[in-house]
Amino acid sequence: MKTLVVYLMAGRDAPELAEAAVAGGADIVEVGFPFSDPLADGPVIRRAAERALAEGMRTRRCLECLAETRARVDVPLIPMTYASLLEAYGYERFEADARAAGATTLIVADLPAGERPELRRVQLVAPTSTDERIQIAARHTDGWLYLVTVTGTTGARERLSPSLAGLVARTRAFSDLPLYAGFGISTPEHAAEAAELTDGIVVGSRAVEVAEDGPDALQAYVETLRSAIGAGAIIPAR
Amino acid sequence: MVLTYGAYGGRFVPETLIPALDELEQAWNEAKDDPAFALELDELGRAFGGRPTPLMRAERFAPDKRLYLKREDLLHTGAHKLNNALGQAVLARRLGKRRIVAETGAGQHGVATATVCAKFGLDCVVYMGAEDMGRQRPNVERMHVLGAEVVPVEYGTRTLREATSEAIRDWIANVETTHYLLGSCVGPHPYPELVRELQAVIGREARAQVVEAEGRLPDAAIACVGGGSNAIGLFAGFLDDDVELVGVEAANAASLGSGRAGVLHGARSSLLADEDGQVLDAESISAGLDYPGVGPEHAFLRDSGRARYVQATDEEALAAFRRLAETEGILPALEPAHALARVADLDAELVVLCLSGRGDKDLAQVTG
Repeated sequence: MKTLVVYLMAGRDAPELAEAAVAGGADIVEVGFPFSDPLADGPVIRRAAERALAEGMRTRRCLECLAETRARVDVPLIPMTYASLLEAYGYERFEADARAAGATTLIVADLPAGERPELRRVQLVAPTSTDERIQIAARHTDGWLYLVTVTGTTGARERLSPSLAGLVARTRAFSDLPLYAGFGISTPEHAAEAAELTDGIVVGSRAVEVAEDGPDALQAYVETLRSAIGAGAIIPAR
Repeated sequence: MVLTYGAYGGRFVPETLIPALDELEQAWNEAKDDPAFALELDELGRAFGGRPTPLMRAERFAPDKRLYLKREDLLHTGAHKLNNALGQAVLARRLGKRRIVAETGAGQHGVATATVCAKFGLDCVVYMGAEDMGRQRPNVERMHVLGAEVVPVEYGTRTLREATSEAIRDWIANVETTHYLLGSCVGPHPYPELVRELQAVIGREARAQVVEAEGRLPDAAIACVGGGSNAIGLFAGFLDDDVELVGVEAANAASLGSGRAGVLHGARSSLLADEDGQVLDAESISAGLDYPGVGPEHAFLRDSGRARYVQATDEEALAAFRRLAETEGILPALEPAHALARVADLDAELVVLCLSGRGDKDLAQVTG
């Protein structure tokens, strides 16, 4: 049972797109709250963030989008964003309002493990993480660990990163939690290969690109990932 | 989070960079206590850079004051940026990194970085906004001749803000082989401290030189502030003294004057940002000040009241540029021209101003 996580940018169409992703077999949906200067993101998600901001997707609208998405799907929903939004909104208030709008947990791309441990969120570990940092991330993470497959930003790559296997082995030594691999996974072949090594995969940039062609295209794409990694896990949303 | 300067500073970066920042911090802590490091930097500064730079009385520019210019424009490559680039290049060598990435706005930091990479035999990639490449063409050509690759950044405002983001993204992708030679006292810890300490030579020299010339400390020290590295270097020499510290921002890039607390490029500081934490565009004729953020220590000095920050408009900077050329025979860079523009407003009589760079690069803009 492998978990399929699909990332979508918050926006007018996001609730409908999330529904299509779930119909295609997504087990978890990440909802990007756009930030103007997203350092962890490659060009696809950066441009999607620029478009979302131009459309007016500020924090309050993103929370509404999250609630609208929650009304349509039952899978876990995870806002993924940057610290600047939480600084401005207030960390505690952001967490409370996101959960009230249907968030299961959070991901903050530029708030590394060990910082603000009271903010419950999914922690990321990277190929460059030391064993000590992997242990900190494992101790503080909320439910699962996000394995960054590449030394780099988000975005499709030709091949699955060779760093993933080593990172999985090192992380397994410190944690029994589910490990989901993301960054650089775009094709069903990558998905199958990464899922062999882990408990699940996260697909971001390619999903955001396909979503531009509408919910049917997204559903079809997610179906190819689903069938590549096998039947899905059942994860309660609440 | 360790917030280095009161509520400001910290490390707001993706996990991938944390080990590299730890490694840099450790190398820096070892280097700053190592007399061999200081000796090597002093020698490079002297023989390669031309230190100490002079402190010059500007009598005709400011007849009503005793104004002294700290002539960082006479440093090799034409700006204070070399102080930091040399120090970080030595650190990069200690870290075993053979590839350097940097961002640049006006191009002075890019030129300084390309220069030290040529001298140390390091690969050099400089990210520069396409808008800045257009308005600072001579510096782009200098970087090319020095063997650096200059990568244009074509999105957003196409200035220093996006160039910095792209340099950081490059660093994330190549962190195992690459040192990020950040050009100002911004970014995640330990950069603000590292850059400040490497620029503090400005303040150390200026303090000794003004005491030598006048027999006393100045009433005020003034410098322009974009990211704030020349200002923090000058201020470092007078922080513990009874000397007024004044930073001058570009009027439409006043991260301290009209900003709010937020996170940009890895640190919490005062930013041009909206109420949702989204960063706003800065706008300045001076590519080096055209940045919506500022070093966290400046935000701290502002809040504590130890330094105050004022603004100058594009027109005021241009007028000061011309006036310094006509009265003193010096073409200042447009960045310190902002500081020059505010000298007359100071109550202080004895003033030290950091003339952080020379203005040859800006001629096309001033005469255009």
